[in-house]
Amino acid sequence: MSLWGWILLASFVAYVTKFSGYLVPAHLLQNERMNYVAATLTIGLLASLTAMNAFSAGQTLALDARAGSLIVAAVALALRAPFLGVVIVGAVTAAALRAAGVAQ
Amino acid sequence: MGLSIAVATGLYGISFGALSVASGLTVWQTIALSVLMFTGGSQFAFIGVIGGGGTGSAAFGAAALLGVRNVVYGMQINRMLSPRGWRRLTAAQITIDESTATAAAQADADEQRRGFWAAGAGIYILWNLFTALGAVLGDAMGDPKRWGLDGAAVAAFLGLLWPRLRGREPVAIAVACAVVTVAVVPLTAPGVPILIAAVVAAVWGWLRHEPRAQLAAGSEERS
Repeated sequence: MSLWGWILLASFVAYVTKFSGYLVPAHLLQNERMNYVAATLTIGLLASLTAMNAFSAGQTLALDARAGSLIVAAVALALRAPFLGVVIVGAVTAAALRAAGVAQ
Repeated sequence: MGLSIAVATGLYGISFGALSVASGLTVWQTIALSVLMFTGGSQFAFIGVIGGGGTGSAAFGAAALLGVRNVVYGMQINRMLSPRGWRRLTAAQITIDESTATAAAQADADEQRRGFWAAGAGIYILWNLFTALGAVLGDAMGDPKRWGLDGAAVAAFLGLLWPRLRGREPVAIAVACAVVTVAVVPLTAPGVPILIAAVVAAVWGWLRHEPRAQLAAGSEERS
């Protein structure tokens, strides 16, 4: 399937997922285990996406300028920087490390 | 609260648009994701997998799994607003982190309704406008690596994760899933490590759930 096909299918599934919450009987809201799984799943996926984008290059691992972005972004977040500020320092760090020849 | 959410959404949308184009999607594919999918985490997951060289099916899997939390949000909004007919169909599309958090922050039923619709509709409009702007800007910038946009993507994912890391349990889950991801990258096709980490996180949640532990699904805000 083409990328367009996957975009449309993923969008359809995203809508069905949202809508299904409106069809769940109220008593299932009390199921703490399902709520907990939804929360751990979100955390696990975001952590995995962070690690993959920081350290993978296709099917190999790489330690490059993106690792610098990760560290500086963590510092910015610890200092309560807004989302766009965090994204910008991430970009500036990687670009600066490459321009200085410190990392690829 | 409304203005700060609007500003945050606009800036977040520009980031998404630019990063999406840098990941290899076209401007129109980027716009389609925001109009149709409209759930920021899943959209970032989709482009993150594509940008990392993953297949469309792996991107689909990551986006679909990251959308699962919206089921919980839908249940909460349904309990607060009980929308019917076309209102329910529309409400579902704008059921996201921010609109649920805004509604949940109100005590009064009318205020919950107003908060949900104002935040949801406002963010839908701003998110789409700024995504398109970011995509066009990203398209004009050329080589994404020279501008450090791959570093920006790393920062964006950490920024999405950060507000959820309250307490020892969430941090432990995040570290475990990051380690698993790095460990299996050389062994699997691009994009698959994310799905393996998702299984780890789900099994962890299933086995270790404690009634008193609060990971606060639906009550957090991004910025």
